[in-house]
Amino acid sequence: MQKTIKRYFFVFVFPTLLAFIVVFIVPFLMGIYLSFTEFTTVTDSTWVGLDNYIKVFQDPTFVRAMGFTGAFTLVSVISINLLAFMIALLLTRGIRGTNIFRTVFFMPNLIGGIVLGYIWQLILNGVLYKFDRTLTFAPEYGFWGLVILMNWQMIGYMMVIYIAGIQNIPGELNEAAKIDGASRWQILKNVTIPMVMPSFTISLFLTLTNSFKLFDQNLALTGGAPAAKTEMLALNIYNTFYGRTGWEGVGQAKAVIFFIIVAVIALTQLNISRKREVQH
Amino acid sequence: MKSTKKRTKFEKPLILFFVFLSAAFLFPIYEIAMNSLKGRFFIADDPFSLPTEETFVGLLNYTEGIGKIGFFQAFGWSIWITVASVAVIIFFTSMTAWYIVRVNNIMTSGLYYLFVFAMIVPFQMVMFTMSKVANSLRLDNPFGIIFVYLGFGAGLAVFMFSGFIKSIPLEIEEAAMMDGCNPVQLFFKIIMPILKPTAITITILQTMWIWNDYLLPYLVLGTDYKTIPIAIQYLRGGYGSIDMGAMMAMLVLAILPIVILYLFGQKYIIEGVVAGAVKG
Repeated sequence: MQKTIKRYFFVFVFPTLLAFIVVFIVPFLMGIYLSFTEFTTVTDSTWVGLDNYIKVFQDPTFVRAMGFTGAFTLVSVISINLLAFMIALLLTRGIRGTNIFRTVFFMPNLIGGIVLGYIWQLILNGVLYKFDRTLTFAPEYGFWGLVILMNWQMIGYMMVIYIAGIQNIPGELNEAAKIDGASRWQILKNVTIPMVMPSFTISLFLTLTNSFKLFDQNLALTGGAPAAKTEMLALNIYNTFYGRTGWEGVGQAKAVIFFIIVAVIALTQLNISRKREVQH
Repeated sequence: MKSTKKRTKFEKPLILFFVFLSAAFLFPIYEIAMNSLKGRFFIADDPFSLPTEETFVGLLNYTEGIGKIGFFQAFGWSIWITVASVAVIIFFTSMTAWYIVRVNNIMTSGLYYLFVFAMIVPFQMVMFTMSKVANSLRLDNPFGIIFVYLGFGAGLAVFMFSGFIKSIPLEIEEAAMMDGCNPVQLFFKIIMPILKPTAITITILQTMWIWNDYLLPYLVLGTDYKTIPIAIQYLRGGYGSIDMGAMMAMLVLAILPIVILYLFGQKYIIEGVVAGAVKG
């Protein structure tokens, strides 16, 4: 049977593979090559070795963006997962209206980043206006603004993943713990949390990568203002490519570094969390 | 029973808490809807006050905003690009995934890992080179972009389809082949219908992504053909020249179709997103 199917490569694989090669594989390889060159369009490149990479680390905006992105990711990952897990715990107690609440909390996740950015710009500026400030007055405002926005967007998403995990715990486990005289807290610590470890793995992965790669929300909420101090890595790379002529090679080198960081974070996190999951 | 008694004791304060939390979650949406009815100069300074006789402008912001950004055109392009791309992705990647799973050799497993690898590569890594390639191949229009989305959507879609196809027993397919089906007939008559639940999940995930996507269509299409996120970002214009009235109205119009779709299909959307997260 395999042999018969094999002959149909052209029908089954070719269209997808062609698109994949043209828009992903080729640009990816070109990107790696171009990060070692100086260029303005992709056809006029000259080899400069590691120059671009050296420039990346001499560029204060990139180092700052890295710090900002790291801090933002840390704060959002912790706050989103903590709040989402707590809401999920309370929302699996079988109260009336559970479905309606779940629907409401999940909704912001469907709204696109650009739209989200402008919604929160209005609200946060409205509040800050009462204190004679704006979102772009100091980088701290933009930072916490982004954290609030990200929480609003992702809490519902992570919540539904935690709810699914909690509902998958066999009822007998909780019953047995109760009969043995375990307190609420003990059940949470020794039954619920170990059993929803797979949900933690997924949620941590999604919040980590989404926060670290954030672009649209950053662009719309502050656009990096004031003075590029709220620029995250993705926006910094974009501005290097399209805002500074002659810096395309440096932009591409930044993108390669960005890719490596994302890959390392994603793989390490998956490895650590998978080890901690309960074996069935 | 004891446990039900305990539950009802906590139910009322818990419901009250969730009602407040829901109100807090819905507040941003209420804000833009309410402000969209106010004159453009009465929004930024005081976004929390209701429209008064002086500030109320009816639907003026809507009519002006629609004209300014060509909302209906943007809406049309967004619908076309999203629907066509998702249809193309589902059609071609399901075929590819089936071939990759059923024909087991070095080439197909190499391909599989390439598709998985593509999922963790951040868009910034390939954005510059990809947009140049797309330009030179004349893919920079609302039809060519579908090919671009096939390449970028392939990673997740092939990965998820493959996961499901592995669980389909071979006997069904062997029997069909005995009856004289060729692989193409076999795939469309037998495999496709079985893949439906996974196809729905992937459809939901890819629709959310493409509908809200800003950077990819912006880099590929420029501002000749605006999708909704591009149109909204375009409205922002240069610094300080933003028309808040039109902005509010366009944010409402951008959200409205998603919210309506969500209210009708919330069960499927939430289930699809959870399934996507758990398998992805």
